[in-house]
Amino acid sequence: MKRTMLSGNEAIARGAFEAGVKVASAYPGTPSTEILENTTQYPTIDSSWAPNEKVALEVGIGASFGGGRALVAMKHVGVNVAADPLFTLSYTGVKGGLVLVTADDPELHSSQNEQDNRNYAKFAKIPMFEPADSQEALDFTRLALDVSEQFDTPVFLRTTTRISHSKSVVELGDPVTDLPVPSVEKNPAKFVMLPGNARKRHVLVEDRLQRMEVWACQQPFNRIEAGEGKVGVITSGVSYLYAKEILPHADILKLGMVYPLPKQLIRDFANRYDTVYVIEELDPFIEEQVRAMGIAVHGKDMLPICGELTPGRLKKALTGEESKAFFTPKEPLPNRPPNMCPGCPHRSVFLTLNRLKAFVTGDIGCYTLGFMEPLSAMDTCICMGASIGNATGMSKVLDAQEAQRIVAVIGDSTFLHTGINGLMDMVYNKSAATVLILDNRTTAMTGRQENPGSGYTLAGEESYQIDLEALCRSVGVKHLTVVDPYDIAHTRKVIKTEMERPEVSVVIARRACMLVKRDPVKRLAALVVDAEKCTGCKACLALGCPAIEWQPDAGDKGKAVINPLLCCGCGLCPQVCHFDAIGGRHEG
Amino acid sequence: MKDKVTNILISGVGGQGILLASEVLSEVLMLAGYDVKKNEIHGMAQRGGSVVSHIRFGTKVYSSIIPEGEGDLLLGFELLETYRYLPLLRQGAKVVANDLKILPPPVTLGKEKYPENIQEKIKKAFPDTLLVNGIELATRAGNPRTVNVALLGSMVGALPIEAELWRETLRRMVPERFLDMNLMAFDLGRQAASAQS
Repeated sequence: MKRTMLSGNEAIARGAFEAGVKVASAYPGTPSTEILENTTQYPTIDSSWAPNEKVALEVGIGASFGGGRALVAMKHVGVNVAADPLFTLSYTGVKGGLVLVTADDPELHSSQNEQDNRNYAKFAKIPMFEPADSQEALDFTRLALDVSEQFDTPVFLRTTTRISHSKSVVELGDPVTDLPVPSVEKNPAKFVMLPGNARKRHVLVEDRLQRMEVWACQQPFNRIEAGEGKVGVITSGVSYLYAKEILPHADILKLGMVYPLPKQLIRDFANRYDTVYVIEELDPFIEEQVRAMGIAVHGKDMLPICGELTPGRLKKALTGEESKAFFTPKEPLPNRPPNMCPGCPHRSVFLTLNRLKAFVTGDIGCYTLGFMEPLSAMDTCICMGASIGNATGMSKVLDAQEAQRIVAVIGDSTFLHTGINGLMDMVYNKSAATVLILDNRTTAMTGRQENPGSGYTLAGEESYQIDLEALCRSVGVKHLTVVDPYDIAHTRKVIKTEMERPEVSVVIARRACMLVKRDPVKRLAALVVDAEKCTGCKACLALGCPAIEWQPDAGDKGKAVINPLLCCGCGLCPQVCHFDAIGGRHEG
Repeated sequence: MKDKVTNILISGVGGQGILLASEVLSEVLMLAGYDVKKNEIHGMAQRGGSVVSHIRFGTKVYSSIIPEGEGDLLLGFELLETYRYLPLLRQGAKVVANDLKILPPPVTLGKEKYPENIQEKIKKAFPDTLLVNGIELATRAGNPRTVNVALLGSMVGALPIEAELWRETLRRMVPERFLDMNLMAFDLGRQAASAQS
């Protein structure tokens, strides 16, 4: 057996390969993105980026109904987008096995909420596996696909950030060889969910859950680890690892499948102890079901609901003892928030919106960082694609003059995800707001993935590149301008004109991300501040560029200096300097 | 050593190559026969934010997160980001720090202050501290971007791993065209550390 270090996401991709998955589809989203970036390394899997999670799941459903095994992956909030097909897929069941990976983000490391998607398992009546490390991520992916076919159900695999992005040692298995050849057969009673058929399927769904609940009591993925026999712990996923660290002598019922629960196994286990803890992150998902069985347990009466668990937080909750630092700095330390990169084409757009005093409805992407100082030019952020609908609604309630300040800002990939629907509504229902599409030619925030507007597929093949201008015009946009955000004066002039226009207008700010993977942007030599000319007015600092540093002790009131290791020569700062102090380039 | 888990932290600023350094380190530890877990947060943190990677190894490792006060070794790619994660270390832990300041935006904007005499403060709290000029080493190796591997080289003396296993792993993990300069950076880092200790 080959031993290797894999992240949870890499292990899921490997599991999909070993299980004979034919089709994998996803929309990028932290912490799930690397799953598809790794399935695409296996030539036997057709891996693709869908424009959004709903389409990704629908592609997976099609593959499954055709008899091929399918994997669909998304971050937790992506399941909200895919929920419509998901709930009905629960009724139809599958033909080829289908696993839906939901990568949750407790602690909101890179998300807008920390919803606990275990609730979707119960809500949609779909079984859910939860791995605790990369080995289980691989094994449970294989298992989930077998179980999907055995019980005729889609199956969830739920990870969290700490599972998806932790690496641990994994033993690889051999790929399966005996899967049936895909084919379609008419079976409307199973696949056509009109009321008459769906009513009958619902009965089968309930029966399926009951059968799985009994079956799950005998399966090795739900296992008891004996300790000293004094305290019982019911746990799963990453919480299991923390329980092993903090309560090394406890008896542990480790659940590999968190829905449906193996009720008899839980009852028999809990009966042996005076004290039983349910140790789980976020919602009391297991705890509430165990309590509903009439079993007294400790759970969220001691553990936090908000944020992720850590060994330290678990120790404090259970024992009252805090982990002690040997040394703690006395002074408050400056924060180091993430920032738009040097050369980012979004920077000048937000400087402009700030100067024009726009009220900006925002969206999800790198450009969400435009809310931070000193740019401070994003005023809302809800979900993928929300900015345009938000701007429509806002301008409906404001008077005409105030409504002119409303600008929706959305990235190219986000626009194609679900933003286009908002634009249809904006035109159709005669709103008057301005939409700014920040087209940096990639899905940047999640690590520069391709999208239908980038001209390439996940596998790197050239493909049709959506014409954003034609798309906007086709839904009825009459006023459309494309600007280069590196030209600050022109960008400002156009945005100002369009904000004043009492009709829908779209401005596309087009310039590739400095880090784009294909057709890479050429970095120019670093710019230099002429210390003789710099008056210390700080106008360049308003750009919030990480390459521009402030030297408080230089000159009378300090001077700006450009870090040549960070600067990529984009040329924005010379345009905002009032004293012509920036222009020369670093040699070599 | 047998049952004890060793806890290593690598911290710095997003974009400095912390990810590759922690990948190489955990790969080497796995090849040396240990159980290894490694964790860091991707996503928002990479865009110039504060980044810390946790690496734990031993006979059997459960959690990938190192609790406060239990770190054995910290490799810091930047001084403030070294200082920030000192609370994760145990008394007497070893610190290897890149002697480099990267000013965070709130400092550049004049809203917050970069700690003064930061090198002395780190050394006072953790006497077993080694300061390395990583950029100088990396530049000598042929490219300032090899600074992550140079820093990795300067901490290997603290680990029970043979130098050849490191080189072999670098050969497998670093792209061919950058390999020579990275091997050189690694050796320069190692030499710089042994010259000081």
